[in-house]
Amino acid sequence: MWKAIEQSFRGLARQVDFCSLRLVEERSESLEVRLSVPQPLARRLDRGAMVTVVHGGGYGYAATANLSEAGLREAFDTACRWAQISAARSVFDFRTLSLPHPTGRYLGPAADGEADWNRKALYDLLMQESEACRIDERIVDWGVSLGRLDIEQRYLTSEGGDVEQRFRAIIPSLSATAFADGDSQTRSLGGQYNGYCRQGGMEILAQAGLAGAGRRVADEALQLLLAPNCPTGVMDALLMPSQMMLQIHESIGHPLELDRILGDERNYAGTSFVTPDMFGHYQYGSSLLNVSYDPSRSNEFAAYGWDDDGAVAQKAYIIRNGILERPLGGSLSQARAAEAGFALAGVANSRACSWNRAPIDRMANLNVEPGDQSLAQLIGGIERGVLMDTNVSWSIDDSRNKFQFGCEWGQLIENGELKGVVKNPGYRGISATFWRSLKAVGDAGTDDVMGTPFCGKGEPNQVVRVGHASPACVFGNIEVFGGEA
Amino acid sequence: MMQHADLREHFHRLADSVHAALHAGEGFTLWLAAETSDFVRFNHGKVRQAGQVRQCYITLRLLRGQRHLSETVSLGCGADDAATVLRTLAQLRTLLDDVAEDPHLLLADAVHTTLHAAPSKLPDAGQMTADIVDAAAGCDLVGILASGPVCHGFANHHGQRNWHDTSSWNFDWSVYSHGDKAVKRGGAGFEWQPASLATAIAEARSQLALLGRPARSLAPGGYRAYFTPAALGEIVGMLNWGGFSEKQLRTKRSALLRLAEGEASLDARIALHEDTLHGLAPGFQPEGFIKPERVDLITDGRLSGSLISPRTAKEYGLKANSGSEAPESLVMAGGELPMAEALSALGTGLYVSNLWYLNYSDRAAARMTGMTRFACFWVENGEIVAPLNVMRFDDSLYRMLGSELEALTRETEFLADAGSYGARSSSSQRLPGALLRDFRLVL
Repeated sequence: MWKAIEQSFRGLARQVDFCSLRLVEERSESLEVRLSVPQPLARRLDRGAMVTVVHGGGYGYAATANLSEAGLREAFDTACRWAQISAARSVFDFRTLSLPHPTGRYLGPAADGEADWNRKALYDLLMQESEACRIDERIVDWGVSLGRLDIEQRYLTSEGGDVEQRFRAIIPSLSATAFADGDSQTRSLGGQYNGYCRQGGMEILAQAGLAGAGRRVADEALQLLLAPNCPTGVMDALLMPSQMMLQIHESIGHPLELDRILGDERNYAGTSFVTPDMFGHYQYGSSLLNVSYDPSRSNEFAAYGWDDDGAVAQKAYIIRNGILERPLGGSLSQARAAEAGFALAGVANSRACSWNRAPIDRMANLNVEPGDQSLAQLIGGIERGVLMDTNVSWSIDDSRNKFQFGCEWGQLIENGELKGVVKNPGYRGISATFWRSLKAVGDAGTDDVMGTPFCGKGEPNQVVRVGHASPACVFGNIEVFGGEA
Repeated sequence: MMQHADLREHFHRLADSVHAALHAGEGFTLWLAAETSDFVRFNHGKVRQAGQVRQCYITLRLLRGQRHLSETVSLGCGADDAATVLRTLAQLRTLLDDVAEDPHLLLADAVHTTLHAAPSKLPDAGQMTADIVDAAAGCDLVGILASGPVCHGFANHHGQRNWHDTSSWNFDWSVYSHGDKAVKRGGAGFEWQPASLATAIAEARSQLALLGRPARSLAPGGYRAYFTPAALGEIVGMLNWGGFSEKQLRTKRSALLRLAEGEASLDARIALHEDTLHGLAPGFQPEGFIKPERVDLITDGRLSGSLISPRTAKEYGLKANSGSEAPESLVMAGGELPMAEALSALGTGLYVSNLWYLNYSDRAAARMTGMTRFACFWVENGEIVAPLNVMRFDDSLYRMLGSELEALTRETEFLADAGSYGARSSSSQRLPGALLRDFRLVL
């Protein structure tokens, strides 16, 4: 099939300034048990292609699942038509854009080979953890799931570009809800939105700690039910990796996406407090803050070899010693910024969720680099504060500044010691100052690889996979609060 | 290439081929979701990214007794589709023994065939693009135009056939003054009227002068506030997160927990219902049931119903009235306040045109946080004085639509969802505006 598609494409692509074909095939399957009842098995096979044409200053695309010669020809004609319509009215003259013609192959961990996917054995495992949640009659809801994702991508360009990439991901998840006296508390393994999403094979189940999680998570849900609300006040916050992932995502990742800075998202996802003139000198965070775009961390959810405009993916520092160095912008955004007078080096993060959406700037693997303090040292350095674990709520303004986040689990810290559990821990702040309050960064021993399959952005809308690895971190003078009394 | 209009016959042929290939004791359901959408994205009043997406997904469910499983497959709408569907059927058959019997399986067995197919009245999307660029000339317009046919279909082994096919446009946009100061608008329909578009853009531009005034930042605290229907839509939209789901109510995960337990109530003027009859979504759902025309959800400020999927209905011995247990056509009854008098009734306080990025700060207590956005103003004695710098609120549903609700507008507005995650949304709301005595800002 690939050969026939490639042949069809080569026949079409000679007629325009630039043409690409991005083929995506995504297979997924999800096993789930809820309240100890197996849920319907759902599978998905999604295969299609996007033809992109750049010609005469315009840009157009057409996406189709009809991969016959006639189907691809029709898509090509449609993409040409949109390039023609947009040429006279475009926000950018695409004649000045030079897109690469890469060749190569990228294989993610465990992507090549049969998966150890014995459904009956896996359902037995899920049922075992599900039954383990049933420790108390106040546990009123519980669920365990396991998702598998296999992706094949092929990128062809009119000047001989040919890139093949394959990925596999395993996504375990578990949560339990406790209810009593009008209050409901949910605790989970890595978050209720699949925080333990990684590339690789079944070794991820052990990495995530799925076996044995049922009893622990249910017990913690009960502890939360019985706990007091998180106190209100200004104090230190020790954020664990399963909350750091959200903090990084919302108040570093999104504000630094270059297409947002250029105004593309102002009708929907918003703009940014960051402006193009800040790069190279703006103090984004304390000197302890080092943030990287890191596609080389292969087990992280958004590791890849090339982005969806064919740029090769290489690790780069976005923030180094607190100073903002470069935006998260792909080839097109870099060209647009240069046209506006800002020569900014970006990263290879022009990405689409699948074949049926066009690429735009999307954060990929975005990580805080580890520091040098153990978890015990981080806790020991706090006179009064709260440890917060596992994101449950997130909200931020359209310039990515005023935020409010909440976690499932809190623990008081007093005079360098962990104390009692508190529920509904939350905090609010302003991105532009929050990262400057970073006062301690955990070492590699506190680091964890998290992510989310559900980063939403773009018009039309699209959800992409992102990865966020981070150590535990301490922030000072944070406005902390709890739930309704 | 198959035209969209021929898709229904193609779908029926696929269903017939599945039926013919069944083994003894087997059954099937087949769900189709397809669209051919032109998407044109605008920035600075010009085209940022434009193209077309032609997609067609079928979800084939194979069942044998209480065992069943499904697969969703993309189709090219060509000669290969029959082979693809039959290959999928054969594959599902090999996996049936891997799944347990499902005690909560409930599928329609009475046949209710329906057809709703409206011919397209849309012009070429290139012309629509030109109309927008012309009307936006000289202004910083940002937005997204989506247009084209969207269809859904259902078939099963009982011979039921359902089809819903409409061609619509949705243009969601804003015009910017400077920074984050903008007027947000949107519209949708089955016919395109360039003159109406030009009028709407001109009207929005006329408000930019107000946004150009020096902006005001407010101290955290309580304020009188008027929510436009769009702003109220964000509050009510949070209830789509399992709020009315019978399953979430039963498992104590619904944000309406206290309402359900009788520990709290909303203002007695609050009445919400799911209005499938007047909404944009199809009237049938993936198990083959026909959704009722109306489901009352909140009456006189109290929970009076819920959305019940067939699985939940089977589990708890109820009657199904929904597909996914999330509202698709939510309607709130209007009140007594004429919308034209909203500012004078507000007196001094906030005019909240839009809210943004809401989430629960305490779900069990229905407490929400979010931001003001777009053309929100500080009002004194019924007159707009200054645009507001964005503010964060953190407040409870039981206060906003309960103890602190002063009035609802008489008029309601129809809001078609512009969302397109995976596919173009068919959801909608019809809502009034709301006047609040006290609205809590925190940052």
